[in-house]
Amino acid sequence: MQGSAGKDVITTLIVAAVLVWALPLMVGTYTLTVLAIYAMLGLSLGLIWGFGGILCFGQAAFFGLGAYTYAIAAINTGESTLPMILAVMVPGVFAALLGAMMFYGRLGDVYLGVITLVVTLILFKFINSTAGPQYTIGNARLGGYNGIPGFPTLNVPGRTDLSIWGDGLYYFCAAALLLVYFGVTWLLRSPFGRVAVGIRENETRMSLIGYDVRIRKTVMFATGAAIAGLAGALFANWGAIVTPGLFSLSQSAEIIIWCIVGGLGTRFGPLLGAAGLGYLKFLLGQQSMINNTMLMGLILVLFVLFLPRGVVPAAMSVWRASVGRPRRAGRAGAVRRNRRKDRVDG
Amino acid sequence: MDLTIVIVIEMLYAVASLALISVGLAVVFGMMKVINLAHGEFMMMGGYATIVAVNLGINVFVAMLIIAPLVVGLIGLVVERLVIRHLYGRLVDTMLATWGLSLFFIGLATIIFGNTTTGISTPISGLAIGNYQINGYNLFIVVVSVLLMIGLYLVLGRTRLGLIARGTMQRPDMASGLGYSPERIYMATFFCGSALSGLAGAILAPLVGLVPTSGGAYIAKAFITVIAGGPSLIAGLVSSASVFGVIDRIFTFAMSPVIGEVALLIAAVVLLRLLPQGITARFFRGRM
Amino acid sequence: MAEPVLETQHLTMRFGGVVAVDNVTFTLRRGELRCLIGPNGAGKSTFFKCLTGLLTPSEGHVLMQGEETTGWAPHRVAALGVGIKTQVPNVMDGLSVQENIWLAARRFLPSTQADAKTREVIERLALGQIARTALGRLAHGERQQVELGFVAASDPWLVLLDEPAAGMTAGEVARMSEVIHELNRTAAVVIVEHDMQFIRSIASRVTVFHQGAILIEDDVETVMSDPHVRNIYLGKKA
Repeated sequence: MQGSAGKDVITTLIVAAVLVWALPLMVGTYTLTVLAIYAMLGLSLGLIWGFGGILCFGQAAFFGLGAYTYAIAAINTGESTLPMILAVMVPGVFAALLGAMMFYGRLGDVYLGVITLVVTLILFKFINSTAGPQYTIGNARLGGYNGIPGFPTLNVPGRTDLSIWGDGLYYFCAAALLLVYFGVTWLLRSPFGRVAVGIRENETRMSLIGYDVRIRKTVMFATGAAIAGLAGALFANWGAIVTPGLFSLSQSAEIIIWCIVGGLGTRFGPLLGAAGLGYLKFLLGQQSMINNTMLMGLILVLFVLFLPRGVVPAAMSVWRASVGRPRRAGRAGAVRRNRRKDRVDG
Repeated sequence: MDLTIVIVIEMLYAVASLALISVGLAVVFGMMKVINLAHGEFMMMGGYATIVAVNLGINVFVAMLIIAPLVVGLIGLVVERLVIRHLYGRLVDTMLATWGLSLFFIGLATIIFGNTTTGISTPISGLAIGNYQINGYNLFIVVVSVLLMIGLYLVLGRTRLGLIARGTMQRPDMASGLGYSPERIYMATFFCGSALSGLAGAILAPLVGLVPTSGGAYIAKAFITVIAGGPSLIAGLVSSASVFGVIDRIFTFAMSPVIGEVALLIAAVVLLRLLPQGITARFFRGRM
Repeated sequence: MAEPVLETQHLTMRFGGVVAVDNVTFTLRRGELRCLIGPNGAGKSTFFKCLTGLLTPSEGHVLMQGEETTGWAPHRVAALGVGIKTQVPNVMDGLSVQENIWLAARRFLPSTQADAKTREVIERLALGQIARTALGRLAHGERQQVELGFVAASDPWLVLLDEPAAGMTAGEVARMSEVIHELNRTAAVVIVEHDMQFIRSIASRVTVFHQGAILIEDDVETVMSDPHVRNIYLGKKA
């Protein structure tokens, strides 16, 4: 198992390096940067929903919180290192508190959906209404629906004169995505991750075995939120402005669509769904024939009806069936095999 | 004294409008255990149906009270046949699919009506109470909501149709046991629920500038009102609309409308945390 | 007499106006193997749920090795070293037998020892053939076995089993009672059961529940020949 994990790391590294190098030959790095950020955001929901079994309709809340935290902190500190750290911490802590409230109250799935959705809406409404000059944090004006422009973007730690932008930002985001991907992989292979999958499968049984489900779900939820926060901070850097739209319901819907289309219960599915649909949105943005919102909605309906497992798991089972050579089972532990499992609906 | 009357009317209006925007969702959820996240867009379409009809020269009350519910009810019927009926018993999947539908309808409305604000003028003029001017249309909304609740109560409590409906709510298998096709009951329910959403959207349309994304303003409120209401359809609706409506008004008076809405949402989160019995205890334990 | 490992004192559970468990005082001593029987609705399953923390009793106390556990969440009860099997097979359907049992073993052991423990339990329960099969694809009896595997993997000192033999074939039942006796060598065991055949094969002391209270407590043969018990419970069979 150790050996195969090492081999997986090397394979992933090689594939990732080739992609990072080859993709800019076809698509501009400006677009690729945001696709990498979306992929990270998709992965964050894929982790807590697909592996943790936590139905979160408000992943955009953590994304927006990360972006705003970065912007506000960057204006106040004039550099980017501390703001990046805060952008991960603040959503993580916020989610830990929110999660503790929900999970210790043993709220069911529908309630998680309602509460996460409502919390997103609260943030959206609040930020949207902060146009007045009285809403400032330190030197940063929240700016209401206009958002916050003009904050310092990413720089080399300790060197505010060396900023990371353009192609540099692309490589930075790609590297961050890769790190997060490895982090998630490691987490899922650790006992914590395997127990989390057990909780997704059967919460009652796991507590009868003696696991404290509530704290574990809270930690899982906070981890996903922290990743979303990182994605938000990177997004702020990419766009050089943060707006309340980051907290919007349509942003949350988009993240969910990425996960459904890509396939829950896999690491690669949400990542692919995010990057793929993000690119589609970019292409659609260049024409006015087809309405993007309508198409996204249609895609979600069709996938729920006809391919609820998502593309990646479906493609993998087709691959297995056509190759006809079953993988040696049990090779890489619990999580890997779960890719075949249908999506979580309980 | 005049101020008290104004405040009471404002409170009543807040409660009534919450009940109004939630009733369609409540019927569909109570009867079918389907959460229709496209509910807000059904309301938005009710609003557009009214505006189109009025622009065609139809009397505004006919447009609001008859045409809009019919149009949206029919749209709901199509949605039920094409999408919802394949997903019965899969609560999360219906939520996701109807969320997709909500985006679809937003896009569709944008294509047809454009991304600009449209509206019609309020058909009832204001009236004065002492030194205060109040919106006469708000009173109309209160009256409509009260009539709607009474009507719903009579239909559910006094008619054979209502009896079948209540039976289906308690035991979905009972209806088929008595020889009623559950499929047709669900179809009819979804039609009624959609029509009520359309009606609500139509009635509220003169008060708001309508844009394709207008539905988003309603869905969360309707959603929490219904969920917090608990298993009993009418009593739940009225009670949670009262709680949330009053909270909303108090904070709106004391601070600002935005704070009022935020307070409403926070109250909902707290309420759900403290009283998760309502629906969960009855229907969602363990599985969804 | 050995010291008590599980006690209830005046345990009462009401649902609305219905008293499901009525003032039950019960003692289980170290090394004991006890069956709880009774007709449907006698309150034995509710009693069981009060023990495991799935329900919080309305009144009274539950003590495990002298420690008050009344109203504890199930995971805290389990963490004391109590192995629990619920009535309906309650397993992780998407995971394999091996993974299921590993999760139970890992609760009390570090990873490497958990791997060894998992292998040991799988061998002990003769689940080697299906070790890599997902639970969702297994037959009912096999799933019950896996649940027993959870219990075995956690090295408990107290085992609580709710209808372990329900829906199993005769061969599986025989195997089950063997495993239970094996568990009983290191743990006190409580079994809630319907199946008289199975209870005879276990041949333990029996507590009979009737209308939420304990009717009689004695060994199998005495209980079965008690006219009152035959009347309320075994009437048709005897």
